[in-house]
Formats: sequence, C-alpha cells, structure tokens
Amino acid sequence: MRTKKLLIGVAIIAAVLAIGAIACSSDDDDDGNGDTPIATDAGDNGNGDASGSVLDEVIARGTLVCGVNNSVPGFGFVDADGNFSGFDVDFCHAIAAAVFGDPDAVEFSPQTAETRLPAVQTGQVDVLIRNTTWTLTRDVATGLTFATTTYYDGQGLMVRSTDGFTSVDSLADATICVLSGTTTELNLADRLPGSTALGFEDNDTLQTAFIEERCDGWTSDKSQLAGRRSEFPAEAGGPDSLVILEETFSKEPLGPVTIDNDATWSQVVDFVAIGMIVADELGVTSANVADMAANPPNVRVARLLGVAFGEEGAAAFDAELGISAQFMQDVISMVGNYDEVYEANVAPIGIPREGTLNASWLDGGIIYSPPWK
Amino acid sequence: MAAANQPSPSHPADSLMGLAGPRVLRLLIAAVIAIVGLVAALVLPLAFVLIAACGLAIVTLASRNARLQRYAFQAAFAAVIILVGRVLVSNLTTELDKTNLESLPFVDLSGSFPFIDFSMDFLDRRAGFGLPETSFGQEYTENNSYGDAYLAGLLNTLRVAIIGIFLASIVGLAAGVARLSNNWLLSKLATVYVETFRNVPLLVQLIFWYTAVILKLPKIQDDASFLNVILISNRSVAVPGMNTSDGFGLWLLLLLAVAAISIAVWYLRNQSQETTGKPSYPAWSAAGVFVVLGGATFLLTGSPMTFELPELIGRSHEGGLQVTPEFTALLLGLTLYTGAFIAEVVRGSIQAISKGQTEAASALGLNGFQRLRLVILPQALSIMIPPLTNQYLNLAKNSSLGVAVAFPDLFRVTKITINQSGQTVPMILLVMVTYLAISMLISLIMNVLNSRVRIRTR
Repeated sequence: MRTKKLLIGVAIIAAVLAIGAIACSSDDDDDGNGDTPIATDAGDNGNGDASGSVLDEVIARGTLVCGVNNSVPGFGFVDADGNFSGFDVDFCHAIAAAVFGDPDAVEFSPQTAETRLPAVQTGQVDVLIRNTTWTLTRDVATGLTFATTTYYDGQGLMVRSTDGFTSVDSLADATICVLSGTTTELNLADRLPGSTALGFEDNDTLQTAFIEERCDGWTSDKSQLAGRRSEFPAEAGGPDSLVILEETFSKEPLGPVTIDNDATWSQVVDFVAIGMIVADELGVTSANVADMAANPPNVRVARLLGVAFGEEGAAAFDAELGISAQFMQDVISMVGNYDEVYEANVAPIGIPREGTLNASWLDGGIIYSPPWK
Repeated sequence: MAAANQPSPSHPADSLMGLAGPRVLRLLIAAVIAIVGLVAALVLPLAFVLIAACGLAIVTLASRNARLQRYAFQAAFAAVIILVGRVLVSNLTTELDKTNLESLPFVDLSGSFPFIDFSMDFLDRRAGFGLPETSFGQEYTENNSYGDAYLAGLLNTLRVAIIGIFLASIVGLAAGVARLSNNWLLSKLATVYVETFRNVPLLVQLIFWYTAVILKLPKIQDDASFLNVILISNRSVAVPGMNTSDGFGLWLLLLLAVAAISIAVWYLRNQSQETTGKPSYPAWSAAGVFVVLGGATFLLTGSPMTFELPELIGRSHEGGLQVTPEFTALLLGLTLYTGAFIAEVVRGSIQAISKGQTEAASALGLNGFQRLRLVILPQALSIMIPPLTNQYLNLAKNSSLGVAVAFPDLFRVTKITINQSGQTVPMILLVMVTYLAISMLISLIMNVLNSRVRIRTR
C-alpha cells in the first residue's frame, strides 16, 4: 500500500517537473515573462522579432523552403518523377539563386488552399508562391506581406464546347463545380446567384465529376483553368473539348507571400521579383546577361546587375538587401527574366502574354516595376 | 450509514472528500472547491500553479495522515491537469496574437472575467456561399447567415444519419440472419458481403460509390426512366413526389384517428389471440382497418393529395422527390459499411441464445420464421442493443466523411465557414459540441430502448 502510494507520488512529481521544465525553458527565451507559454515547435521563426530575420535563418539553413502548388500545370505542378515546375516554382528558384547563387537550393513544400496561409504564419515555409490572391483581409488581419504582383489573374468559367454555353449569363441556373472554401466560391455566388455550386475538396475529384457531366461549368482562376485544360485527359476529349468563356468576373492579383513584420526578408523576396520585371523592361536575358555585366550598355543595366558604370574606379550600385550586390546576375543567368519565365511556363498552357494584363506596360499591359535606383 | 463505525477507507464514495454530512452537500462543496481552484489556477501565474502542484505532491509523499494524503493527492492531481490545460490555452492565445488574428481569441486570458468570450456574433454575418442541397424543406441561399448555413449542414447530416441508421439496421439484420441460414448459398453470400465491406476503409468505399458507380449513371440528357415514373441520371435520381391541396390538414387529423382505431383493433385482436390461443392475425387486421378507413377519409376530404411525376426540364429534373448523387453515394457507403458490422452484432447475439431455446420452440411446433421472430430475436435484442449503439454512433460520426464526395454536411459547412470567416477556434469548438450532442442523443435513445427491452424479457 505504502509502496504503491510512493510510486504514484513519484510519478506525479516526475510529470510536474517535466511540464515545469518545458514551461520554464520557454520562460527563459521570453525574458522571464512567467506568463508566456511554450513555442509551437523548435523550428519557430521568432516571427515579429526584429533581431532574427527569416533571411538569416535561410542562409544558415542553406536551403529555401518554398510553399507551392502541385496540381496546377504551368504555375506549380509536380511531375511523375517528383520534379516541380511552373511559373510560381521558377520564382522560388529565382529567390534561391539570389540568396545562395544556386537556383536548386530550394525545398518545395506543396500546400493546399486551406493549409497555405497557416504555413506562412507558423513559419513552416519561408515564402509562399502558390497563386495566392492579394486581399486586404489577408494583408492586414491575417498578418501577411504581399510582394509585387507577378501575375494578374481573374476568375473565369470553363465549359464543354458541345454544350452550347456561350456566355457566363447562359449558365444562370446551371450546376457549377468549384473548389470549396475559396474566394472563387464566393465570387461564383455573387456572379451567378441562381446557379448550384457543387463544392469539392480537391481538383482531382472535381475533374472526375466534371468529366462525367455532373456539372455544366468549372469555375476557378483563368490561369488554373488553362492549366487544367492543357492537361485534360485525351480519353475525356482532350483540351479541345473545353472552352474557357471570355468574361472575367473577379480581380485576382497573385504574388509571393511572406510573414508580416520581417522587412529584411520581405524586401529580398519583393525585389527579386521586381528585378526580373526590370530585366524584362531593359532587355536583359539569360543569354546576354554575362555580356551586359561585363560591358553594361547603360547605367540602368549596370545598377540592376550591381556593376560599376562610367569612369574608372566608380563604385557599383548596391541594393543593400543583405545579399550579394550582384544577385540579379545570378537570378537572370540561372532562371531568366520575367518574360523568359512566362514564356517557358504560362505560354505553353495556352495563355500568350501579348495582349493580356500580364504584358509589359511598354506593350500595353500592366506589368510595371518601380525604378531600380 | 450502515458501515459508519467501521473503518472503510477503500470505499470511493466515502474517501473522496472524507467530509461528514449528506452526499449532496459534499458534492456541492466539491464543486465549489473545483470552480474556485480552476479560476484561481487561470488567474495565478504559471509558476505558482507549478509550485503548488510540487508542494502538494511532496505533502502526499511525506504525510503520515491518511486523510490529508488523500486531499493532497486529489489536489496535486487537479493542479497537474490545470497546469497542462493552462499551458495549452496560453500557447494558443499567444500564437494567435502573433499572427494578428484579432478576432480569434475565443479564450481570452488577458481579458476580464469570465475569460471565455462566448461571442459568436460572426454567425449572423452573410455567408456569401451557396450549398447544393438542403434537408427537411429548409430554404437556404448565399444571402443567409453563417448560422443558417451551419443549420443547413446540421440538417443534412441528420438526414443522412437517420436514414442511414434505419437502412443499415435492416441490411445488418438481414445479413446477420442470412449468415446463420441453413441455405448454403445465402449464408456464403452474406459472409462475403460482411467480410468485404467490413475490411475496406469507408473512405475508399465512398470514393468508389461516388466516382465508379453513381457518376457512371446515364448523363442528364439521356437519363434512364422507369415508366416515366422514376428518372435516373448522374445528376439526380427523381421519384414521384406529393402535391397537397386544401383539406390535407383535415385528412391528416382524420388519419390520426384512424391510426388510433387501428391500434385499438390490433390490441383487441392480440388479446383474443392470447386468451383463446387461436391465431387472430392482429397485425393484418389492423393494417386492413387502417387502409380501408384511411382510403375512405381520403376520398371524403376530396382527395387532398396528388402524385407529381418528375420530368426532365433543360438540364435538371423538376418536380417530385430528387436525390443527389452525393447524398446517394454517402448513404450507400454508410449503410453497407455499418450494415456489415451490424450483421456481426446480430449474428453474435443470436448465437448467444442457448440452443435449447430453438429446440424448445421446435418442440412447440413453431416453424423457422416463427422461431426467429417469437423466440430468438426478442431475446437476442437485449444482447444486441449495447453494441448496436456503438454502430449507430459510428455511422453518425462517419457521415463527416461526406466531405470526400462533395456532400454539404455539417463538417463541410464548418470548413467552408472557417475558410471564409477565419473563425477557426470557435467553429471547431462548435462543431465538436454539435457532434457530441448528436452522439449523446443517440446514446440516450438507445439507453431508453435498452431498459425497455430488458424489462420485457427478463
């Protein structure tokens, strides 16, 4: 009896001490504030702590953890061999090239629509580049920082060409398949209040239902629709059996996302993307970047590539981002400028750049960079 | 108390508090101490609770006073539980603070008493999303509130759970009895059914029913029809529905009276059967009375109900009763999966009845069906109900897998609401409480049934 009680007592004390040890160790981290509990995990980024930027952690780790999509061809897609490719994926490569001089120092972390924002909030990914729409709520209340918009998207509707739907309005009382829990679902209810929205958890079950004609239309961002259309199985009719209707009924500016309150890191992400747009405007490509760095044609190119211009001994321009001053040379030579990345990924799924919002402002689009000076 | 003068420290009810006085008073005191302790633990700094727990544990070990030891042990145990809870809760709130999700802290330790903010105001906001189907005639559009959407999800879950429990019971009973049948083919078929459906994960079965069976039904334009009465397509299966006109309410009232008369007939015939010992067919007589009188009142009130045939208009079925493929897939999956488990429950319960009962029933001259219905099943029922309750609970909870086949059930609506409103913690707590309530309701009903069955048979 007595031994039993003793055993129980020892067990309790052990449990209490264990919990106490956890609680106390975290207290130490947080300046002895007795009320502060343990952190979520060892990999916590110390968000909001000005002293430790994610940039330092990324450099110390030696790889960039990039949250991406794995099921949208052209933007973020993983092939049968496990290789990631796409427009968004190339921006991950670009950031890795800027930080490490190695575009492959990236660890891709596939995210669903539901997990992507918490993944940034908890520091599970360093940067999220997964066709994520910049909205006020996400920027302010959710505590995220959006870099420059890399792709201007908008919601559209895809239908079977044999069904005879020619406009969004003609689907007023149709059944429409949509991914549930997305802004897309809300936009659909706004645009076609009489329609029946059939919400799916994932694109694959949705596509099965669409192929079996469970629904008349498939709504999503047009870039995603184009991607799914380009990979539409031949047994089900292939890409040509589908039409993406012309009307765009929402604004979806997509861009890289980082955690709030870490300006050092957010600016690196932001200006890598901006630099690629500047390179496009200045005509610096992966083919000519080496020549241009050795022999810059004008001062704007010199500033972008971080090389001296003009008289002998003049200092080179340094962007002062906490990484190499010549980081854009690596980005452009290893990954390419904005136009090259677009042509390699987005054009093949059937969205040519010319004439869209994503053309350069010099060609009538709205892709426009702030001055690099 | 009879044993008051005897030392009985091991009796849990006595040793719990060790206080004199009536039991209610002791419980009250315990409750007050618990509440005061909980509030104190939430207000006091973490370190203080830690020290208190350590101190109490030391007292437990060092003390030679048995009663004090018991007190200290209980208190130390409570302190440890509170400590763990405290760490988890404050971890949640600080992490939420970090992410600027100001609307979130549902449990707000920095705020004033009572710490828990039960404000669920966001449920009144416009939902903004549509749902493909609702139950029990509820009207819902995207202009309704999150609360209405939640209700729609709840009703959808209840619809599939109630119908599922009903059908799974029938399937399970049939398969369970069939497995014990002397008919070789029948019993082997039942065995194959039970073993197949019990051993494949429900999620896999649901995806199978949805994508490989239901979605493969004819497309809506070339839907199959059965005499133009039942229309079948992969968008909906439509059967005739009812249209009511004036006098329907009156007819329903009269029908109630007819039902009462039928029950009376059943009762009287049953009594005469029991007194005379001759079969008087009480159920058949009652059914006959019900049909004849019910039909007569129907005509008297001017045929207030007409059947409405479904038809194909454009790209959807209109009129009649329509069942969506998502609902059908979920119902089919839940019914056949749970039915296989229920079959085993039924088989086990029947086999638990001693063979002498069957032999005695045979000796009385009862045939196979009579043996089963009058002798075996009534006894097996009392063994069956507790494990059956488990199966019903499983079915109700498993209905949340409907998210995989696009069925707008409670969990699906919860997930959409979380994504659109950002109210993760309140919504998860709400949905947990709701499922808990559904489960407890089922348990309650089954417990009542259990006590009734037991009284009648033992």
